[in-house]
Formats: sequence, structure tokens, C-alpha cells
Amino acid sequence: MVDTFDIAIVGGGGAGLTAALYAARGMRSTIVFEGNVTGGQIATTDLVENYPGFPEGINGFDLGQNILRQAEKFGARVEYALVDSLTRLNTGSFELVADGNMYRARSVIVTAGADYNKLGVPGEAEFVGKGVSYCATCDAAFFGGQDVIVVGGGDAALDEALFTTRYVKSVTIVHRRDTLRASGILQDRAKANPAISFLLDTTVERIEGDGGVERVVLKNVRTGELSERKTAAVFIFIGQTPNSHLLKGMVELDAGGHAMVDLSMKTCVPGLFVAGDLRTQAARQLISAAGDGATAAISAEHYLQALG
Amino acid sequence: MSDVREVTDATWEADVLKSELPVLVDFWAPWCGPCRMVGPIVEELSQEYKEKVTFFKMNTDENANVPTQHGIRSIPSLLIFKGGELKGTVVGFRPKSDIKKRLEEALA
Repeated sequence: MVDTFDIAIVGGGGAGLTAALYAARGMRSTIVFEGNVTGGQIATTDLVENYPGFPEGINGFDLGQNILRQAEKFGARVEYALVDSLTRLNTGSFELVADGNMYRARSVIVTAGADYNKLGVPGEAEFVGKGVSYCATCDAAFFGGQDVIVVGGGDAALDEALFTTRYVKSVTIVHRRDTLRASGILQDRAKANPAISFLLDTTVERIEGDGGVERVVLKNVRTGELSERKTAAVFIFIGQTPNSHLLKGMVELDAGGHAMVDLSMKTCVPGLFVAGDLRTQAARQLISAAGDGATAAISAEHYLQALG
Repeated sequence: MSDVREVTDATWEADVLKSELPVLVDFWAPWCGPCRMVGPIVEELSQEYKEKVTFFKMNTDENANVPTQHGIRSIPSLLIFKGGELKGTVVGFRPKSDIKKRLEEALA
């Protein structure tokens, strides 16, 4: 016996949980699949300062769990399982396989978001959990009083570098270009922080150590010169890749791999919606992801009503 | 009543290394969001594996020695010991099914 839901949501971040809240509150049987931590990218953000309604800011994990509780209160079911496949059946409904279990849904909202990019250099995979980290909020406290590097020049890199200075002696921000991409306010804060210094036009070539990170080999991209630098940790924030593998062959993707949708989050497949960071031209903010989730849930509702 | 007890640097050897039963230790800290999601899973497992596995949690803010000895630089981290030897590790949040699989592998 396969469980059939009105609305299945793939991904339990800001977009997915908000879609679930709307869908469940609209009395639709709703299931959310999340393969990792509910809350998505904000789950590892120490302080969310730009979500309206929280003038003092709010811890990202707490905010995510609040939205989760709100969705569950209206009856949304959450399965901690990774969706391996999504198929549209001849009947027009969808079949999902998650951790080997099969589910059916009359409509699907994919909010699978994006995953952090890896540097792809020797030592990176080897030292994950031993000094290589993609979450300063989680791991910075283990490097108290030590020197660390943060790789990247966007908002995430600067935000996490600023957080890390609470624990470490110094943070060196290594960025491959000669200018930072981060917003002005974060740049100002980082430049004003005496514990933060910058190494621009520089890439990480290798991460080395014995049992844990001890040093990196850096390359100046202008001169090609290599240098070695001692560091206890390498925090990596170099952008993201959309999780669009489930959609390949079903939905048109843009050049960056994001799903093409219209303003109501509809894809070209009837009953299939995409919302949040995975959709084309997303603002990649929690508030816009949440807004997308609400829009997608309303569109799914209209779709189900039309089916009768 | 929770079956997941606190272990400290001081009680580590007696509680974990000299335990007759296999042991799973959950390294966590109050400020770590993902740790707060792993906690309830470990609680559930402690019920499912009653009398087969002993479950502990260690607050890494309050205990420095054991986390350093085991090179823990990321939490949540789950370490599984059998006969005083490390048999398995789970770093970061994983769904319950994954943690259970790792535990079964370590027990085999």
C-alpha cells in the first residue's frame, strides 16, 4: 500500500517548510522530505538579521524549527529521508522514492535548494570534520585562540569570518579575485575588525596536515607564486550549486542549473512546482524563499482544485 | 526518563572504555543547532537498543580532554566504541536511518 498525498514537498528549508505550512493549513495532506537538517541553509546561520518581524535578529536554527513547528501544527508530516527519484506517472500524479520507500503525490513542490561548493583541492575531503568546515557557526568554537582561514569573498564568507572572530586569534580571508563580492555593510564590519585580514588574488592549492589541518599551500593568481601558511582550520564559502538532479529531463533548466518557472512557481510539467533557491532568478534570501514557498503552495492548491 | 547519560573527562575511562556493552557517545554543545536535532534521535535509539548499547552524551564546552584526544573539531559527532576501541564515527547531522546503519555496522 503506497501512501498518496495531495502535496509532496522535496526539501525542508525556508521555501519547503513555508509551502508545507500553507499546504497543510489549506487542509491538504502534505509530506515534506528532508535529507539533512530542517531549516536548510539558515539552520547553520547564527543570526538572521534580515527576516522581517525580528528587530533584534533571530538564531537561524530556532527560526527554522519555528517554521517547522508551525507546519506540523497544521498537520504537515516530515520525513527525514533523501528523495532519490521523482517520476510523473501516466495518471498525472507523481511517484517519489525516498530512502528506498515509495510515496505518491498528486502535486509536487521541489525546494531542494543548493549545496555549498567544494574547493576540489587535495586534502579537502580528507580533513572534513578535522579542520575543513563548511559551517563556521558549527565548528569555530573548536579553534579557540588559533589562526584560521576563510575561503571566499561573498556574504556567507564574511558573515562566517565575523562570527569566527568570537573564538579564534585571527581570521585570514582568502579570495581568488581582487575585490570582494559581499554587501557593503559586511565589508565595512570585516575591514573594521582587527582580527580579520585579507589575502586577495589568492587561491588554495592544497590543504595539508597530519591527522588534521595544519597548513595550506596558497597561490597568488597574479604572480603564480606559491606560499605555505599555517592554519588550524579552513572554512569554505565559495558559492553554491543548485540541487536540480531530480528535475533533469523533466523541467527546463537555466544556464546555472536552476529550474525555469513562471511567477506562480509553475514549471512546464503540470502539477510540478519549484520554489526557493532552486528556481531561476531567485533572490536567495530566506524571505524570498519563504514567499516562493507560499506562492507555490497556492499554485498547487489551484492545480488540485482544477483537477477536482 | 532518559537513557542517555552524561559522560565527562573524569568518567570517560570507566563509563566508555571499560564498558561491558558497546557505547555510543554524542558530542554536543548547547549552541549547536544540528546537535539539537541529533539529540532526540539518540534518545530514540537508546530506547530501541536498551540493554544492547549504552548511550552517553558529552558537552564539548565543559569537557576539553576527550574531544581533543579524539580529534573532534566538528559537532555533532557520534563515536561508537566496542571493547574500548573506536568502531565507528558519524560527523554532522544525519537522518536516523543513517545513524542506525552505522551503529549496526559497528556492532557487527
